Amino acid sequence: MTMTNSLPRVMHGASGRPLSLREHEEAFGTTTVGAALLRELDASGLLGRGGASFTTAKKVELLRSQRGHHKVVVVNAMEGEPVGHKDRTLLSSNPHLVLDGAQYLATMIGARRIEVCVSRKDSTIVHHVQRALHERELRKTGPEFVLQTPPWRYVAGEESALVHWLNDNETMPQYRPNRPHVLHVGRSPALAVNAETSAHVGMIGRFGADWFRELGTPLSPGSTLVSITGAVYRPTVHEVPLGTTLRSILADAGADPDPQAILLGGYGGAWLSAEHQDVAYCNEALLPFGASVGGGIIVVVPKGACGIAETQRIVAWMANESSRQCGPCAFGLPALAQDLRTVLRGSRAPRVVLERLKERCAVIDGRGACRHPDGVVRLVQSALEVFKDDVEGHVNGTPCDGVTSTRHWVAVPALERESELVWE
Amino acid sequence: MSRRIDHFVLKVDPILCDGFGHCHELAPELVHVDEWGYPIINEQPTSSSDLALLKSARLAVRGCPRQALRIERISGPT
Ligand code: SF4
Ligand code: SF4
Repeated sequence: MTMTNSLPRVMHGASGRPLSLREHEEAFGTTTVGAALLRELDASGLLGRGGASFTTAKKVELLRSQRGHHKVVVVNAMEGEPVGHKDRTLLSSNPHLVLDGAQYLATMIGARRIEVCVSRKDSTIVHHVQRALHERELRKTGPEFVLQTPPWRYVAGEESALVHWLNDNETMPQYRPNRPHVLHVGRSPALAVNAETSAHVGMIGRFGADWFRELGTPLSPGSTLVSITGAVYRPTVHEVPLGTTLRSILADAGADPDPQAILLGGYGGAWLSAEHQDVAYCNEALLPFGASVGGGIIVVVPKGACGIAETQRIVAWMANESSRQCGPCAFGLPALAQDLRTVLRGSRAPRVVLERLKERCAVIDGRGACRHPDGVVRLVQSALEVFKDDVEGHVNGTPCDGVTSTRHWVAVPALERESELVWE
Repeated sequence: MSRRIDHFVLKVDPILCDGFGHCHELAPELVHVDEWGYPIINEQPTSSSDLALLKSARLAVRGCPRQALRIERISGPT
């Protein structure tokens, strides 16, 4: 079976409910590239869609070189970003494609077990996956699938935290001094992949690398899912070829045609001023702006909103989501949130505080066990750059009008324990 | 010059570290502390031939109550 090279790809056949195994096989076929899988994956140049954009083939190579008969594939559909919906959307439209990809990956590294991790908060998704696994069980072939439902936290989706949970029921990241680092579930080497990455592997395993590369750019091939929220007609998940201009992605989603700024990559991502809307949506083009595709998240913030206020709310929430294992993260992030609040309100010598905020960003950067604080620092630094004029306004006591508005554009969950946040 | 020289960096496990700051007292040349008392370690590799620094790095490693520090050796041309 061949597939046309038009979109949608991984969202092919999506309707209101998940495809059953039979429907899935009718839509996508059952023929695979077989033994050429590893070569095809390597040639496809697929990058991980979870946030780090690491080459999947390299990860697979690393795991292949490990000894052990009981390797594990961990499919990560935790989606810790409150503004990200792509993995959930994917699992509720075609769970079997994700499972297919995981199965191909298991064959490549020689794994016998596949752990599918979905946060227990999304009971519908858990149910969809359960059903899909049950359908496969009836066939009595293929590797063993296990459904895991860790609690939902921002850092719980970080791969070392996920593996930590599989081992010890703790959703906290682990310190990994030497990278690349091989994670272990029990004593078995584990390959952790994002659910969307796994779905793309499922496509490459069927249609091959040349087909995959028909969309996208040479460095970022293929299509990708983006969750678009904020000032849009309706929050959606779109499948777009990498390298499309941001402007056309936004237009397709029915976004505000003249926004103020765009948050790319999620809460640990970066702001992009709306004047750069014509940039191509792929890592190599976004790099000069300090942004990246990350976990495929776009939040549109319209003119009239206060970028500093939006950032402050994100940072406060992110500080609360720190697993509080590392000092620079546990103390530093609340301090950043506090400094931002001071700048926002223009109270208590804001200029001094602004300088302190910049210094603290530099001090915190890179000093946690995981990348959580680095992401927040990146967000704050990009906000100070993109909303430079607004920051000046706040510091000089002439804040923008948006600061008094109660309308927020970046969806931030309510803090559980706001009073505990400030540790000073 | 491309002689191979051994270098070292001091590395801290941020999860183990409790921020008592002993390392700063034992190796002030290599370790500073931030405002919360957690170590900021000089990331530039230090030459192992600098025996005084190597000695204080070792002191810090031994003196850390949480055993969070270790010396990582880097060999390569300078
Ligand atoms: S850096 Fe922060 S989130 Fe990451 S392990 Fe340390 S305390 Fe937890
Ligand atoms: S001595 Fe050890 S525990 Fe104390 S601050 Fe230094 S690294 Fe952290």
